[in-house]
Amino acid sequence: MKKAILSAATTVIVAMAFGLSRSSQARPAANGQNTSNGQYQVKIDNFSFGPATLTVPVGATVTWTNQDDVPHNVVSTDGKDIKSPVLDTDQKFAHTFAQPGSYTYYCSIHPKMTGKVIVQ
Amino acid sequence: MRRQKEELILHNHNSDGVDRRGFLKCMAWAGTGALCVIKGGVLRSYSLSHPASLAASAPDGELAFVQISDSHMGFNKAANPDVVATLQAAVDKINAAPVEPAFLLHTGDISHLSKPTEFDTVDQVLKSAKAKQVFFVPGEHDVLEDNGQQYLERYGKTAKGAGWYSFDKKGVHFIGLVNVLNLKAGGLGTLGHEQLEWLEDNVKGLTASTPIVVFAHIPLWAVYPEWGWGTEDSAQALSYLKRFGSVTVLNGHIHQTMQKVEGNITFHTATSTAFPQPQPGTAPSPGPLKVPAEQLRSLLGVTSVDYVPGTHTLAIVDSSLA
Repeated sequence: MKKAILSAATTVIVAMAFGLSRSSQARPAANGQNTSNGQYQVKIDNFSFGPATLTVPVGATVTWTNQDDVPHNVVSTDGKDIKSPVLDTDQKFAHTFAQPGSYTYYCSIHPKMTGKVIVQ
Repeated sequence: MRRQKEELILHNHNSDGVDRRGFLKCMAWAGTGALCVIKGGVLRSYSLSHPASLAASAPDGELAFVQISDSHMGFNKAANPDVVATLQAAVDKINAAPVEPAFLLHTGDISHLSKPTEFDTVDQVLKSAKAKQVFFVPGEHDVLEDNGQQYLERYGKTAKGAGWYSFDKKGVHFIGLVNVLNLKAGGLGTLGHEQLEWLEDNVKGLTASTPIVVFAHIPLWAVYPEWGWGTEDSAQALSYLKRFGSVTVLNGHIHQTMQKVEGNITFHTATSTAFPQPQPGTAPSPGPLKVPAEQLRSLLGVTSVDYVPGTHTLAIVDSSLA
């Protein structure tokens, strides 16, 4: 009897935990970007990153797409080791954020362009 | 903003009455190049789009050279689908001028994506120039991916550091500077400590009457910082040049003509041979400016703007090439 209750309780706890984690994946990012299945988008256009600040959950993949008509790139400013190749028009770069934290970056070709990804 | 139509006139360069501001108002540029003449230590420029008037006044300056800039070889978007043709047109214009320049100065963004084929194509087109000697400084588009290694191998074999160097022609001291590497987030162009030390040492032994020409890609004055159009540590560089009677700073990067005079220092930016960019603050970003095809070369022409830090008024003087 005790064993049955214990295993039932365990099942309930596991189910609750599973339910919680699923709902956190479904929660939209603060900026309302395309958020299906942990995929997030940053558009590069007009010498700027859009959105400039993107909040995503741990494990999310962010894809930068260059829609500008000059090349840009994505380079960490805080030693976090993100460095995209040079992206010409329509080229993309994706990075998966496995750790929580704040990730600031810029375009090293046009350094006035800055952005941030907050992973929580 | 004030816009004034400015006639293309050439000063009689034997006259003593031409002060620097008067000279600047007369500065007129072809869409793709400008003939610069140094006489008596003063730099004067002549439009290559009016060769007839050029011949009439036949400048007999001691040194003539041409600045071209921002060829962006490899660019193929709507603003100009054929940057080879416009670069060739620039060379043809330079070749057709009655005064042959002693050499060319390219103030950077030679290529668009730092690709070897792009550099090769520019070299090929420039081979058709009568002036065989070309001096370069890199733009930010020339140092992608490899921190400028390829640029150095092609154009900077005898240069120092990231590609800075100097040379002398007929008593004029030319200094090529690199301000497109190690750019910091949110920042402007940068020269860096090592280059500044080299510059200070480079000019130390020169007499104050030596005419100086400095060329670098990003403007060495605060043209429009919001768009990155400036160099963070240029003030220190210019402090080493303040004692000289004649200093001319030639830049590119902004794809339009602008001039500024500060004491004995004359600043000038050249148009691009590839595509125009908007005037400061008139567009969301400084990217390529698309115009109807028949207007392209006229917009590669002259637009000068005076920007005074601390005010919001820009005075614009247009010199149409049509």
